[in-house]
Amino acid sequence: MNVEQARASLASTLAVDIAAGAPMTVDVPPARWDEIARYAKETIGCRFFNFLTAVDWKEQGLEVLARVDNLDEGVSLMLRTKLGPGVNNCASLTPIYRGANWMERECFDMFGIHFDNHPDLRRILLEDGWEGHPLLKSYAVDTPHPPYR
Amino acid sequence: MLDVDNKTRVEMDWSGPERLQMNMGPQHPSAHGVFRAILGLQGETVVDVDAVIGYLHRCHEKLSETLTYAQYPSIASKTDYVAAMTSEFAYVLAAEEIGKFEVPKRAQYLRVIVAELQRIASHLLWLGTWCMDMGGALGGGATIFLYCIREREDILDLFESLVGARLLYGFFQVGGTRYDIPDGWAEQCRTTIDRIDSRVNEYEQMLEDNAFFLARTQGVGTVSRELAEDVGIAGPLLRGSGVNFDLRKNVPYSSYGDFDFTVPVETAGDCYARYKVRMAEFRQASTIVRQALDALPSGPISSRPALKSVAQIRIPKGEAYARVEGPRGEVGSYIVSDGSAKPYRMKWRGASFSNLAILPHIIPGHKVADVVAIMGSVDPVFGEVDR
Repeated sequence: MNVEQARASLASTLAVDIAAGAPMTVDVPPARWDEIARYAKETIGCRFFNFLTAVDWKEQGLEVLARVDNLDEGVSLMLRTKLGPGVNNCASLTPIYRGANWMERECFDMFGIHFDNHPDLRRILLEDGWEGHPLLKSYAVDTPHPPYR
Repeated sequence: MLDVDNKTRVEMDWSGPERLQMNMGPQHPSAHGVFRAILGLQGETVVDVDAVIGYLHRCHEKLSETLTYAQYPSIASKTDYVAAMTSEFAYVLAAEEIGKFEVPKRAQYLRVIVAELQRIASHLLWLGTWCMDMGGALGGGATIFLYCIREREDILDLFESLVGARLLYGFFQVGGTRYDIPDGWAEQCRTTIDRIDSRVNEYEQMLEDNAFFLARTQGVGTVSRELAEDVGIAGPLLRGSGVNFDLRKNVPYSSYGDFDFTVPVETAGDCYARYKVRMAEFRQASTIVRQALDALPSGPISSRPALKSVAQIRIPKGEAYARVEGPRGEVGSYIVSDGSAKPYRMKWRGASFSNLAILPHIIPGHKVADVVAIMGSVDPVFGEVDR
């Protein structure tokens, strides 16, 4: 699928308008997160898993982002889902993209987001006994945090 | 093993279900940094791998939220310290995209020149260390390493006369570059890349005529196209698995569209294919440098006023993902700006992190000695893996 077909097809699947521009940014409801990712891979042909990350919007809650590409047709998709205030559960993309494994572990490490159905969810960059999740806005950069001061 | 009581030799039997757990690293010389692979062995064969990373973690993403757009580019170079120019490049491109800042043509060309020189320097370090890892098979092994380091020094000399630093540069700034090339630099650069081009030919002869080198790389660590895309490996690894994708060609940035070059692609997907791709990239990088030097436009090197204070650069609210083709593949920076002088959130897409994630998929089934060859062919830089 080329960019225009992908935009039209996603818009009808999700029943939302998708703004023009590259990359195509698609807001996905959290309940359809893995379903839309599978759609992106199998129907749109975005087989290249680029990255997955999150943004902490403070009181509005966490937002998870994943970027996937169709390298042959030049389609780039930025999938976003707002988990909502106080929610830190999200569906895992690891069954769909193997590359999501480490990215979700990093996201868990840094933001404390639990990815349901992840086969091996544990810290990846920080060590197992670390307290807190550093990329949360509530984790102050200059406060001493155990176990390291 | 000697059975002392009966004074006889007994052979160890590895055919049973015994598993040996072995730590490779964190201080293993072939890890090119601090990386620990917990190998599950059955005899000499690896059956499972757990990769432990994070020893070099500095939380660049949190750090960048505390530093302004003027300060961070020189810190960005510390993510991938072997190709420092590339990380700076990705960061300033993302900031420029949100701020819609113009970059003068001369600055764009200078960026291309340093990025390509950096690619040559990085590939030289990869080739040298990888060949040293496979050591004995290459007749001493350290020969190629010392040759490569000799050539890399020449490029570092070029960077030193350009920036004043040899490893971490701070050459890029939002809106352009910080320095212009000094007198005589272009000639020195041409001589250097001509010399390196001819020496790369010598290395190819040394390696490709060596039966041991071929035996250790051909058919080892094969990555299929499907696996490569699924895990998201990039750069020479992706192109070694038959995917014709190079950001410089497919999504040209910073005037890459002006230059004539080809993208080498190999289909075998093994260590040898990745080697072939990188060897071809040496030549492509030097053709781009020559073209950029020939056509270097005159004019300013930055569209922004000279920096007088750290909070001088402000970019409007918005978000952007900018990516460049680094020596190890797609290096990307995703910036969310809230309109202040510092990013609200910055994400590094480190090429080495994604590339290293391929290891657990390809190592099982290989012998321990092949782990070294495979790891070297992935060319991870742990500053970028751990960030």
